[in-house]
Formats: sequence, C-alpha cells, structure tokens
Amino acid sequence: MNMKTVNSGEKAVKEPLFHIVKRNAVPLKQRILIKAGAIVLSMIVCGLLGTILTGNSPFTMYASLIKGNFGQESKIWAMLQETALLLGISLALLPAFKMKFWNLGADGQVLVGALVSAGLMYKLGAKTDGVLLNLLMLVCSVGAGVIWALIPAVFKAKWKTNETLFTLMMNYIAVGITGYMINQWATSGSGTMGVIKYGWLPELGNKSVLTIIVVALLTAGMVIYIKYSKHGYELTVVGESENTARYVGINVKKVVIRTMIVSGAICGLIGLLLAGSINHTITKTLVDGRGFTAVLVTWLADFNPYYMIATAFLVAFLKSGSAQVITDFKLNNDAFSAIITGIVIFFIIGCQFFVQYRLIFNSKKKKKGEN
Amino acid sequence: MEREVALEMRGVSKFFGQVVANKNVDLTVYKGEILAVLGENGSGKTTLMNMIAGIYFPDEGQTFVNGEEAVIRSPQDAFKYKIGMIHQHFKLVDVFDAAQNITLGVKTPPAPANGKNAFTRFFSKIGHRLQSGLYRKKEVAAEVKKIADKYGFEIDPKKKIYDMSVSEKQTVEIVKVLYRGANILILDEPTAVLTPQETEKLFSVLRKMKEDGKSIVIITHKLNEVLAISDRVAVLRKGESVGTIETKDADENKLTELMVGKKISLNIERSAPVNPEDRLEIKGLNLKNHEGVKVLDDVSFTAKSGEILGIAGIAGSGQKELLEAIAGLQTLQSGDMIFHNPKKDKPVTFFHKTLRRVKELAQEGAFRYENGETVDFTGMSDKQIKDLVNEGKVLFKEDEIIDLKDKTPLQIRELGIRLSFVPEDRLGMGLVGNMDIVDNMMLRSYRKGKSMFVDRSRPGKLADEIIGELEVVTPSSHTPVRRLSGGNVQKVLVGREIASAPKVLMAAYPVRGLDINSSYTIYNLLNKQKENGAAVIFVGEDLDVLIELCDRILVIGSGKVTGIVDGRTADKSEIGLLMTKTKKTAEESVKEAAV
Repeated sequence: MNMKTVNSGEKAVKEPLFHIVKRNAVPLKQRILIKAGAIVLSMIVCGLLGTILTGNSPFTMYASLIKGNFGQESKIWAMLQETALLLGISLALLPAFKMKFWNLGADGQVLVGALVSAGLMYKLGAKTDGVLLNLLMLVCSVGAGVIWALIPAVFKAKWKTNETLFTLMMNYIAVGITGYMINQWATSGSGTMGVIKYGWLPELGNKSVLTIIVVALLTAGMVIYIKYSKHGYELTVVGESENTARYVGINVKKVVIRTMIVSGAICGLIGLLLAGSINHTITKTLVDGRGFTAVLVTWLADFNPYYMIATAFLVAFLKSGSAQVITDFKLNNDAFSAIITGIVIFFIIGCQFFVQYRLIFNSKKKKKGEN
Repeated sequence: MEREVALEMRGVSKFFGQVVANKNVDLTVYKGEILAVLGENGSGKTTLMNMIAGIYFPDEGQTFVNGEEAVIRSPQDAFKYKIGMIHQHFKLVDVFDAAQNITLGVKTPPAPANGKNAFTRFFSKIGHRLQSGLYRKKEVAAEVKKIADKYGFEIDPKKKIYDMSVSEKQTVEIVKVLYRGANILILDEPTAVLTPQETEKLFSVLRKMKEDGKSIVIITHKLNEVLAISDRVAVLRKGESVGTIETKDADENKLTELMVGKKISLNIERSAPVNPEDRLEIKGLNLKNHEGVKVLDDVSFTAKSGEILGIAGIAGSGQKELLEAIAGLQTLQSGDMIFHNPKKDKPVTFFHKTLRRVKELAQEGAFRYENGETVDFTGMSDKQIKDLVNEGKVLFKEDEIIDLKDKTPLQIRELGIRLSFVPEDRLGMGLVGNMDIVDNMMLRSYRKGKSMFVDRSRPGKLADEIIGELEVVTPSSHTPVRRLSGGNVQKVLVGREIASAPKVLMAAYPVRGLDINSSYTIYNLLNKQKENGAAVIFVGEDLDVLIELCDRILVIGSGKVTGIVDGRTADKSEIGLLMTKTKKTAEESVKEAAV
C-alpha cells in the first residue's frame, strides 16, 4: 500500500546477531561430552593462569594436581575420605533440595552431631567404652542432627518462614554452642579439646575406611529412597508442584517435616563419623564448610545421586590437588587454590547453558510476509 | 460532526502457533471518546489491546496513530505515541510508594557533562542522579497532585502499594500512564475488581478525561457498564471484529447477539440421560478468597448421575473455586456438599474403603448380611472381617450419604468416594510436568498397598493403555509430560481421571487450547462417562459446545448462580444475558421481597 511508511517500519527492525533456542532432550553422550569439554577447557585456563602468575609451566601444575591426590597411599585415602564426606553431606541435602527446601544448614547439623558424639566420648568414655557407647553415640548424634533440621522445617511448615535464612542461622548457633562446650570441657586453658581417648568407632584398616563404607551404603540407600519409595515420590511431587501435591491429597507439611528429619539424620551421622572415626575430637571448624561445598556438589550434579559421586570426587580432587600445587610452587597463601577451584566450577556451571540451549546465528535476514 | 481519529488499526492479525487470536481486525478510536471493546472469553480483546500497548507485535496489518503509521514494538514505543494501558493484573512494585511506582522507568533528564576526566564525570553523574532523585520527589508529588485534581482522583503519593486497596492500586496505574502523558488510555476490565461505588467513581473520572480530549478504550464483559459509559462499542467474536455500533443505538439484547453470534452446529453427540439420580447436592456454598472478596455466593445446585451439567460464565466468576471446593481444596465459609453413593444392597469392598473405615461403618450399623441381619463385627479378628467382606457377604443397608464439607482430598478418597477432577491448570495442578507419564499415572494410586515402595507396574500398564486408547502422541511412556503437546497432555490427564471409573467427574475447560480432533476425543470421553452413570460437571467457555454437549447448563455470574437452563432448548443469547447479569441492586431485591 504506502511503501514509504512500510519501509520506515522495516528500518526499525533490528535483527540480533544470533538467537537462543531451547534444546529438546539432549542425549546423555552429548551431555557428558559437553561437560568433559568444559573441564578440559577449564584446565587449560588454569594452566595458563598458573604460568602467568607463578612462572611455572602448566604441566608441572597438572603433575602437582595429580600428585596431591595419588602421590602416596595416604593421599589416596585422604582424597577418598574427603569425597565420601562431601558425598555424604550432599546425600543429606538431596531429598530436601528435591523438595525445593533449601537446606543451607548442613554445616550446623553435622556439627551438632559431632558435638554430641564428642561429648559422649569425653563424659562417658572412661566408664562405658565399647560397642554400647558407640551405639549411644549413633543414636544421640543422629538425634541431634534431626533436631537441628527439624526446627526450621517445623517453622516453615507451620508459619511459612524462609528456610534458607533459618537453616543458615542455625549454623552459627551450632558453632556458638560448640565453642561454649569446648571451653567447658577443655582442661587446660588452651580452649581446645585434644584427642579424646575413648569411644572411637571401629577402625577397619585405617580411619577412613568406615566413613567410605557408610557413605557407599548411604548412596545406595538414597538412590532407592528417592527413586523407588513412596516417600521419595511424595517429596518429588511436593518439590515440583505444591498445587499438584495438594490436589492428590499429599499432606505437604508432613512431607516437609519428614524429609527434613531424613536430611538432619544423615547430617548427624556424618557428624558422628567426623568426631568418632576421623578426628576423635571436636573443634568449632570441624566441618570446615563442607555443608556449603555439598550444596555445590548437589547442584552441579543436577540432583542426580549418581552424578553426585562424580562431582564430590571432582571437588575433593581439586581441594587436595590445589593444596599440593601451593606446596610445590611455594606459594605463601592459599588464594591460588581457590582460583583453580573457582575456574573449574565456573566452566562446569557455564556449560550448563550449552546443554540447555543452542545458539543459532542469523546469517540471512528473514523477511516478514508483507505483501 | 467531523471527529478526529486518534488511533486506527487496519487488518491486524495475530497468531500464536496455530491458534488465531486476532484475524483481520479493524478498529478506530476517535479523540475524546470512550470506546468499549466487547467480546466473550477468548475472543481476542486483550490480545488486540496488547498489540496497541506494545506487548505483542502484530503478525499482519498496520497501526496508525494520529494518521501516521506507527510501529509499536515495546511499551516504551507505546508511550512515545502517548498510549498507556492499565492491565487487569496490576503491574506495580509492592514495596514502593505510589510516587515511586509512577516514576518508575521514566528517564531522569540527562546529567550535564562536567568534570575533567571520565572518573570525575562518572561521579558527577551519580551525584546528579541522587540529587535529582531527591528534588524530583517534590516535583513528582506536585505533578501527581495536579493530575489528581484535574480528573478527580484521590491519591496519596507517599502511600506504599502493599497498604492500598484494589481500587487505590488501580488509581496509581491510571495516574502512572497519565503522568507519562498518555492521550490514549486502554483499560482491561477495570471494573472486574471494583465495588459498584468504586466503579461509579472510576466512570466519573473517565468522563472527565474524555472531556479533556483523551481517548479511552475500555474492555469489559458487563453490558450495563458498556451502556452506561461508552460512546461506541466494538464487538469481537472469535478473534474477528463483527462490527462497531453507536452505544445510543444499542441495547443489551442487541449486544449479546453480536457478541455470541448465531448458533453454529458442531454435531457433538448427546444421548438422553439414563435414569438420572441425585448424585451431588450442593447447598449454599459461600467462599471468600485470600483478599476477603466473595468468590462464591450462596451457590446451590444438584449434579445428577448419567448427565452432563455444564457450567457457563465469564472467566473468573467462581467456576474454578467451585470445582476446587468440591474437590476439597478450598476452605468454605459455609455450605454443604452432599454426596450420594448408590450403594444400597451392594456388597462392601476394600477397593475404596480401608478396614478401619469398614469397622467404623459396621459399628454404626450400616451393613447387613444377605438374610437382612445387621452386621456386627464385635469379637471378630481382622482376618475374619476381611474374609467376610472379600466373600461379598457384607452388604450396604442404604445408599451412603456423605457431606464433603471440610474434607481434604485424601479424606474424600479414603471415604471411598470416586471423585475425579480435571483442573484448569493441567501442568500446574493436575500433572507434574517433569515426571514421565507412568509417574503421573501414579499420582492418584501410589498410596495403595502397605509397601514402603511404589509399584510402577500397574501405572505402567495404565499408561500404555491410555497411550493406546486415546492415541496419545509420545515417544514413550517415560517421556516427561511437559514435552507433550497440549492435547496429549490433556489426554493423559483425562485418561488418568476416568481410569478410576468416577461417580463424579469434574472438568474445567478441558478443551482449552486443543485442536478440533483432540476436542472431540475429550467430548466423547465425557459422554462415555455419562453413559457409565457418572455425574459429569463440565466448565466450558464456548457456548456452542455447552449447548450441544450438556444436558443442563448452570450459569454463574460473579460467584452467584444466575440461572439453570436445559441444554436442549437453551439459546446462546439467553445464556449470554445470564452470564453478564450483574448483582441485583438493592432496589430489585426489595421489590422481589415485596412480591
């Protein structure tokens, strides 16, 4: 009709260089390839950065990374133990996260479990050393973890409080109580407990083996719980859509509370292992932020328990490996270790975009049907 | 009188995939007039307005503002052409006050570029922003007051949005577009949320704006309001414009006829109900929503077995809440929902009843043996009771009569009431989008059995059956349902809901967004349930479908039952009038009471 105005309208059209299209289902093989590619790329970037910052060749750095994990038998055990601890705590988070209950309080839940174990070891150790004490420690530390998880869960179910902040705050309370108890128990003025001689959990070869076995069993149990149990089904429905859950008659409050009991119980159990099997003592920093690292492990694995084994291993590998890099390169602080970990995780999270979306470059301008 | 054209649309079309939202629509808005846009649900009113406001961009056609072609690609563009839209769902920031919301997105005047280098320029820019923010607060307040005085608004610029009533929020929305200098205002169903007094106030404001030369486009369903406020009425039907008439030449009947159009024959099968019995008696339901607004007002009706009861009404008149209330998902203020379970002389089974419930009922003397003797379980072990029941020796004395009021969905199921519900929001309520078809089949049945673990074999079989019988197009039964197309999602949902042979089947907008073939599949399924003796409650939006499919049609308006008509004799304009009937005025009620 009136060409002039139409043309002026066309001029306003700004076609972007590319557009983003959501992918349909991506085959597993391709997904693994994308992720592996991301890890390789991140290692190249780490190597280059290492060269720029320290002047060492990238290959010495890769060698250090491997040496830190596989250099000696003890290093292998340490790495496996770290993997197990991270995986164990991640397994505790998994059901809560699947329910979209963001439990950031695993640190505190593990710590109270450890605190209760250590307390029992210290107070009752001289009188009832042995299996009975170990059983008592098991029950009490699991119970303590449950209580720590249950408080925010009940508040969330009854009054819709924000679980993220609540569980986070519970961590600081746990640290505070632990500090107080250590001051009460520590004999000398040092403010530290030292190794408690009683109530050690059975050692199966070395102090890491028990933890690894327990976490392996936990993993199998959690896979079954999430995928095949009615509880697992219910919590998944609640997480996906609370409306659907209500519609089919699921008691959402009950599921929230029940799931957090499971989450807290596993955290308490990990606390028991930390205090009773690995460290034989209690400190305020015993958990060492693993409750938060586990959040990362769980998310990186897309809430899939099988992938979580891999991501827990990766994070543990980077932790031990980068510590070795620092020693070998004689760096006087651990910032470089954090940089390496950061880069790798950045790449893995970043590649998620390419798993979900595709870029399509607009080579030709598409004309709209205007005639 | 020669009127000046403010806005004109010529041959505008908009498609969403295969769905035609608007087709070849022409619309003219003059300066200094109020134009009402009228149409049924889904007739494309809001889509059309969104294209003027820059939310959507038309696929075909042209828009002219003040006689020049305009390209409106975003709400910002719309403001450039001095067009402002007040949406049905307010778009305000709750924690901001009125003035902040009004200025939100309006660019502050650019900073003077002083300063020697980039660094100082950067800070002087920030300083300018902060300063102008402080000064402009006063300016804005003054300007808002000026606008308010001019048109007779009442507004407190310092009041936070979360402290405001619905009508105050609406005022903020209107002032927001006026503050940006809009000359063409589009209001999407502005009266839906207002009381009659507030509506009157809004209308007087609109009239003042009209005198000021502004053009106002108002979308509404309410015929009396159209007649009260507008100068002209543009009517849309199924996405096409069917004409524009002067309001002074119109009356309610004429408008209804234009809106619903002539009856179209769809050839949906409808069998005669087979000995209908009262199945679900709804008595005086009253329900308020979160905001304390009455959404169900003394609703009463009876759904009978072997018939389809249609529910017609403007969207949001309480249909959703009504079905949810029956399904146990709403907490009622008052009312009863009596379910008649035709169990007389039929054997008790554990299919839908727990052992505990059977014992309870036996204690109440609800069962008899074949010889007429009342069943008494005292002294019997659980095993003995189970055997008796499983052998079919325990019979019901009477039909079960159960009040569903205050029952949760789980309790309803545990009482053995086979009530199925196909909700409006399929993936948000009826199904879980990320779960596969098998897991979605399990939603209703996963509790069965004492085992801690779910049994996926039976749901798997059911999934395969439904995929086969209803011709669900899917790669496999392990595909997440969100990957399926709308029609297939609906087949999965309806399939699951009818799998339990329901006594009552409720379906809310079951064919919305479905193509013709899928729609007919759904109609056939509903008919089949009716023939099987279920009481089917069908909430629909297409009056032609309602009239051809349903045995009786209940019309609901603003949460009230405005009439029940026979589907075989009803005509569209009759239903249309009932739908748009607003609340009785006090005067009418007094008159009725006197009669």
